[in-house]
Amino acid sequence: MSRLPLLAARVLVVAAALAAWELWTKAAGSAYFLPPSAIFRAMYHQWFAGPAGHLWLTPDATANLLPSLARLLVGWAAAGLAGVALGLAIGRLRLFADLAEPIVHFGRAIPAPTLVPVFLIIFPLGTPMEVATIAFGVIWPVLLNTIDGARHVHPGHLETAAAFRLGPVQRLTAVILPSAAPKILAGLRLALSLALVLMIISEFVGSTDGIGREVLVAESNFNVSVMWAAIVLLGLLGVLLNAAFGLVEHRVLAWQRGARPAT
Amino acid sequence: MTSGSRVTENLRRVSLGAVGVLAVLAVTELALWADGASPATFPLPTTVLANAARLTANGGFWAAAGSTMAAWAEAMAITIAIAVPAGALLGLLPQAESALRPVLEFLRPIPSVVLFPLILLIVQDNGRAELAVIVFASVWPVLINTVYGFREVDPAAKETLRGFGFGSLGVAWHVSLPSAAPFIATGVRIAASIAFVVTIAVELIAVGLNGLGAFASQQQGGNNAVAIMLAVAIWCGIIGLVLNVVFVTAERRAFRWHHVLSGTAGTTATAPTATAGAPA
Repeated sequence: MSRLPLLAARVLVVAAALAAWELWTKAAGSAYFLPPSAIFRAMYHQWFAGPAGHLWLTPDATANLLPSLARLLVGWAAAGLAGVALGLAIGRLRLFADLAEPIVHFGRAIPAPTLVPVFLIIFPLGTPMEVATIAFGVIWPVLLNTIDGARHVHPGHLETAAAFRLGPVQRLTAVILPSAAPKILAGLRLALSLALVLMIISEFVGSTDGIGREVLVAESNFNVSVMWAAIVLLGLLGVLLNAAFGLVEHRVLAWQRGARPAT
Repeated sequence: MTSGSRVTENLRRVSLGAVGVLAVLAVTELALWADGASPATFPLPTTVLANAARLTANGGFWAAAGSTMAAWAEAMAITIAIAVPAGALLGLLPQAESALRPVLEFLRPIPSVVLFPLILLIVQDNGRAELAVIVFASVWPVLINTVYGFREVDPAAKETLRGFGFGSLGVAWHVSLPSAAPFIATGVRIAASIAFVVTIAVELIAVGLNGLGAFASQQQGGNNAVAIMLAVAIWCGIIGLVLNVVFVTAERRAFRWHHVLSGTAGTTATAPTATAGAPA
């Protein structure tokens, strides 16, 4: 299928899915399955009906969406930095790798939600607890991918760096990091979508604001439209975050296309 | 590499790994002890390990682990029953898959846990809502790997069977399914660990569910709460590791031919994980 008809087919499928959903829910008249038009209306009133000066965000959006996003990004960035730093050390230093590997594999196997009750006690309720949950949960894909990327640097590149007598810092920034970048970025991308999941889990358990909290409030009020609005919003947010990350990835890895030796 | 040097190499890795674990435990123990940290919030590693050992004699813990694993197993069965046929269909019809992709790309990032309140409201049953949420999370890696596996089938093999007069269903059954099986297995392994994590997450959130997540949060307010919660986390880590080992071993056993054919031990079968190991 060439590009244009493919795009047309996709638009058509999305439109058909929305139309079928709309017709089916209207015909069924269920109190739980809402038509998309009602969901979009709920999303608009809940979050995006604000004044232009506030970027059209409602007070509800600034009170809930922004804290959620901030926690998501802070937890992800902290885990990303720690994961890359540790991963480079483990990937490049043989002794360190042998010492750390069992700990890493065991840590990865612990499901992050099991630690939520612990974090609830150790950290202050709210943002610190949530950032800790997100960071603990998403560090593993970054760490494991960085280890893998740093370990498999092309030996020829390292020999060239040695021949030019590059110092350790230059070797890291000019050879090892660029060579591991595709793996690191793949890990960060996985971590980003995982962070969205852990954001919701942690907000469900202990939070006074955020999208997850809004869903719980909606649940206790039997406010089905806000629940649907939150679900659709999270789906769109996931697509948006993924697309934004894809753009950055494309930029960062631009030099690699065509410049890569066959391995 | 001779077998002797491989033995020494393994010995080195195992002993250094043990040293690493012991060193971390010892340093934590000493630091907490010297710092005089409150044992209620920061229990010593030895206390946590003692609690982990004590849990094996705790009937409530075993019951919790049993109900977590029962929910996990049921959700995995439903996941496979949904995702393999759907993935096969989409793999056999590339145009349909390509057109449907935006819908799937929108559904996939939705954190399954956020669906729980709504599903609970609809089905009015904790256990069934839990299953639905786990399945929603674990269906994606199986679906994507199945699509990928069905698309990677050697066209020559399909042509050969068609030459023998098999219809498209016969070709799908005799050629495509066996050749996609290693990919499906990889998807199932990834789904198994996602399902385990989501099971615990739902048990933590839902009121009135049993399971390890509920067991951990019920400790709140009790004596020794953090030490017991960490002990539960350790057991969850062990269960997660065991699940992974079981699935990896089963894959290696079942698809030895695949690794032989593709030349590299497992690299082809694990190739799709980078894209498919996605969110829970």
